[in-house]
Amino acid sequence: MRQAEFLDIVLPFKDKVFRLAKRLLVSHEEAEDATQEVLMKLWSKNDQMQQYKNVEAFAMTMTKNYCLDKLKSKQASNLKLVHSNYEDSKVSLQRQIELEDSIDWMHKIIETLPEQQKMVIQLRDIEQYDYDEIAEMLDMKPTAVRVALSRARKEVRQQLLNKHNYGVS
Amino acid sequence: MELAKIETLVEKYLEAETTLAEEQQLQAYFAQDEVAPHLQEYQVLFGYFAKAKEERYTKPVPLKPKKRNYLKWASVAAVAVLMFGAYLGNDYREQKIAEQAYQDTQEALQLLAFNYSKGTEKIAYLNEFEKTKNKIFKNEQ
Repeated sequence: MRQAEFLDIVLPFKDKVFRLAKRLLVSHEEAEDATQEVLMKLWSKNDQMQQYKNVEAFAMTMTKNYCLDKLKSKQASNLKLVHSNYEDSKVSLQRQIELEDSIDWMHKIIETLPEQQKMVIQLRDIEQYDYDEIAEMLDMKPTAVRVALSRARKEVRQQLLNKHNYGVS
Repeated sequence: MELAKIETLVEKYLEAETTLAEEQQLQAYFAQDEVAPHLQEYQVLFGYFAKAKEERYTKPVPLKPKKRNYLKWASVAAVAVLMFGAYLGNDYREQKIAEQAYQDTQEALQLLAFNYSKGTEKIAYLNEFEKTKNKIFKNEQ
């Protein structure tokens, strides 16, 4: 496959790869690295690419796997400590100021979700894939996707309501 | 869209039973400014989703390894050509050396032949001398 053909296939979904990576890895730079890595891997496999019926879904699965691996190795090193410090600071005064911005607030809520729910909400509510595609990407059953999505949506809404009530009272 | 329909859609949405089209209806409804007060939290929710969709990957797409692959093969080909050239050149040089040796031998043989003919000339004199001597000695006997 030529470079131009490859780019035609890859460019439409590179932003989706990046956004999923950022959802999971949080850091902008790490998400960029992950995207680059995934695209490079795809390019190196481009001979086999015709075999995949859905390159986009395949790329999303690769992204998911890459990011989860990254997170695992991060947890193995002492970066976890940094992360829990970060969680602690949420109680601080700074938090209340930051959370005035509802976008930021939503971002933080989604960050508290388990990885699987994060991915499901990212793929459905932001990227708008259908359930079968998400099931294929995440290697889950469609019913399991729905269950995870329902849980994630309810949790996000609940946290939004809590924040709202807190602000009122 | 009437509020009752939105409310049922929201219920379905929380149970993850909405279709993509229905979710787009919700998205459109919550994108407007006037939203029923008891559904306000969804405005934040859908507003965020719309916003999050706009994030772009701005770095260039790196496609170098393929090029490097091509270069690798080009270098292999170049080495092969060089080796072949060296092999041919070697052949040519050997041929030259052989020709040189042939010429040297020929020169040496010519020198030998020249000196040999000089020797036979001298022997002709000797023959003459012998004949004369025979004449003289024959007469005496």
